[in-house]
Amino acid sequence: MTAQTMDKTPSTQVKALAPIAWKFPIVYTILALVSLIFFGLIGRDGETTFRVATGGDFFAIPDFAVSSTAAGLTLGILLVIMAAVSIYVAIKRIDIGSWFPMLFGVIFVLSFLAWAGGGSGGVIPLTTLLAGALALSVPLIFGAMCGLVGERSGIINIAIEGQLLAGAFLAAVVASVVKNPYAGLLAAPIAGALVAVVLTFFAVKYWVNQIIIGVVLNVLVVGITSFLYSTVLTQDPGLWNSRQKLPNLPIPLLSDIPVLGRVLFDQNILVYIMYVVVIALQIFVFRSKWGLRMRAVGEHPKAADTVGIKVNFTRVRNTLLAGAIAGLGGAFFTVGSGLAFGKEMSAGQGYIALAAMILGKWNPKGALFAALLFGFSKSLGNTLQSIGTPVANELLLMLPYIVTVFAVAGFVGRVRPPAAEGVPYVK
Amino acid sequence: MTTDISPAAPSAAPPPESETEDGKEQTLLQQIMSGSWLVSLLAIVLALLFGGVLIAVSNAEVVAAAENFFAAPGEFFATLFQTVGNAYSALFRGAVFDWDARTTERAIRPLTESMVSGTPLILTGLGIALAFRCGLFNIGGQGQVILGATIAGFLGYAMPLPPVVHMLVAAIGGIIGGAIWAGIAGVLKARTGANEVIVTIMLNSIAGYALGYLLKQNWFTHTTSANPQSRVIDDSAQMFLLLPPPFRLHFGFVIAILATIFVWWLLERSTIGFEFKAVGANPHAARTAGISVSKVTILVMIVAGALAGLGGAAQVLGTEYKLTSGISGSIGFDAITVALLGRSKPLGTFLAGLLFGAFKAGGYLMQSQTGTPIDIVLVVQSVIVLLIAAPPLVRSIFRLPTPVLKRKED
Repeated sequence: MTAQTMDKTPSTQVKALAPIAWKFPIVYTILALVSLIFFGLIGRDGETTFRVATGGDFFAIPDFAVSSTAAGLTLGILLVIMAAVSIYVAIKRIDIGSWFPMLFGVIFVLSFLAWAGGGSGGVIPLTTLLAGALALSVPLIFGAMCGLVGERSGIINIAIEGQLLAGAFLAAVVASVVKNPYAGLLAAPIAGALVAVVLTFFAVKYWVNQIIIGVVLNVLVVGITSFLYSTVLTQDPGLWNSRQKLPNLPIPLLSDIPVLGRVLFDQNILVYIMYVVVIALQIFVFRSKWGLRMRAVGEHPKAADTVGIKVNFTRVRNTLLAGAIAGLGGAFFTVGSGLAFGKEMSAGQGYIALAAMILGKWNPKGALFAALLFGFSKSLGNTLQSIGTPVANELLLMLPYIVTVFAVAGFVGRVRPPAAEGVPYVK
Repeated sequence: MTTDISPAAPSAAPPPESETEDGKEQTLLQQIMSGSWLVSLLAIVLALLFGGVLIAVSNAEVVAAAENFFAAPGEFFATLFQTVGNAYSALFRGAVFDWDARTTERAIRPLTESMVSGTPLILTGLGIALAFRCGLFNIGGQGQVILGATIAGFLGYAMPLPPVVHMLVAAIGGIIGGAIWAGIAGVLKARTGANEVIVTIMLNSIAGYALGYLLKQNWFTHTTSANPQSRVIDDSAQMFLLLPPPFRLHFGFVIAILATIFVWWLLERSTIGFEFKAVGANPHAARTAGISVSKVTILVMIVAGALAGLGGAAQVLGTEYKLTSGISGSIGFDAITVALLGRSKPLGTFLAGLLFGAFKAGGYLMQSQTGTPIDIVLVVQSVIVLLIAAPPLVRSIFRLPTPVLKRKED
């Protein structure tokens, strides 16, 4: 800490130039060349059809077909130009903003899709692809928000997986018994918060290592839900585990926008709650008394205590809130998707949510995009599997995890967790 | 909440307030190391009670009897004890000794089955325990087991070699696979400070997908079948049986015993093991004393991964004989609880692995005979570890005296 501040003092006198950041230009160049050579020059014969319309649109956009090689070439050249721009920008040390990598990513994915769809004469259903991406991201986003609130206040929450599963379970059971999916939506946060109660009980009262409790709680929740599923739920599925689906509530006007409108604004209430949660957290974590206290407790609990903030109370309250958020995310597996509860149906999504939170550097906005990235690549894998492409599904699904490893290893800048996370506070 | 904490709570000494990293690692180590065997035993009893409650609540007959509780309380208790008793006695018969069996062989077979299930758990658990001792949280047992099993299995059917040599080569392949996989996390931690928890979780998923991919490639599986599974490994690569069939106890159990002794020697008698423990206890002090913390971090992960990879090799060469996408089961995650229950000590991990192996073996008989789902085993296991991690809780439940702290820093 002190060494860093010492380094900074003299640099205010002499304006030193930051070293040229070659990392990103190199990555852009490699990706651009891959795209140009493999998707463009080598390419695959045939046409790729992009399907945009889903039926019932306000104004229908016809499918458009492009030649796979031509599209690959055009987009490849575009990417090479962008890579050149990034090199120029890096040399001039201009901060270009986050739109550049996003645009680059979108064009790269398009060129990949044009290549993948060629040859097989496949139709790429763009809207379905995006809708699938959002659907797969919803639990991840809720989970990442849960982890974020917990860790910002100093409690490491590995139990997101368990909270998602508990939320899914209770939502399914309550919705099924009451015969109303909205009842399930009310029950899910309670389940998530209950897991958080156990977590904080052991973490705050008994100072048990938080990673240990998280891992063990995940096993416990899998055990309890699977046990009850095999005994109670399967005995009378009609009563305990019938399918209930939250209805879609299209927002007038907005949902009539082609492609994105259908994807974003023709959803059930859980997705709208997710929008609200993300926006609210982005504002309140950084711009409210609650957020300031939460961050203080997570960064320097002793200082927070000195100014009269109840450290452990703040931590417990925020972790319970976080648990409730994760529980809501779990509801998406069952009532949100109209499915009955199944054993271990969260399937490791809680761990991915954790990775999304870290990739997003403990920021709601960042975590949102990271979770969307995970969801998109999974949806892409599903789509490509169904149309049959040369790239193995598994390799695509592996991609986000590899990206995360690189990210955690410091490739996208230093990832710094809240300073006091995982450390029990003792006066 | 703050004032509730009793000052003598012995599970963890108050962590240092300022520095984050070492505070985390110190408490982790102290929690794992502290506590007594009595607490472990009581935790197991409590967990079984909790499991019993769950079995009773989910049982239709018990619930029906409970509705007539005031009319016939005796009947309620009779049904209750019978239901829970049946389940647990089946668990015991499946795990240790089956007194209902017709032959002696059948009667003692359950114990050897427990050893078979316990073998990969012990090996992987040792890997995780070793990392704990160095203050590293190796959640990547799963990925390391998958890599170890994949390489060991592939060498087992793709390379014709004489017996014993073949098995050893395959096992060493598994060791290298696990070591590389954990080594990635170790190198990243040492060089860039990447959190090993996240990296190993990611590596778990990557390993799973990689195996899924390989099992679809015919050059890898050596079969023409479309099923995602490999050929059966050669007889020469199989870990030979220690007892004649129907027993399945194989050489892997001996390896597990040897590995336990090796880890004990490493930690208690070797210089490098001393460095491991020193870094685990206090990285700053270790660095001051001239120990290279990054070297130790990488080395610990490599050895831990090697042990887990050996666990995967034992699973495929000793029990499964072929690669499937579910080859690793939940060994990697169960091994974490095994290491925690064993307090990260070699002998403790060995016994904990046997216990969890017994739960696994007994769980199958319990499920088939009494219809109690095997998932109850997960519940019991996780409650055991939760309670063991918080000795003060167990002590306060049983009104045990709190032990006097040996060293109290002021």
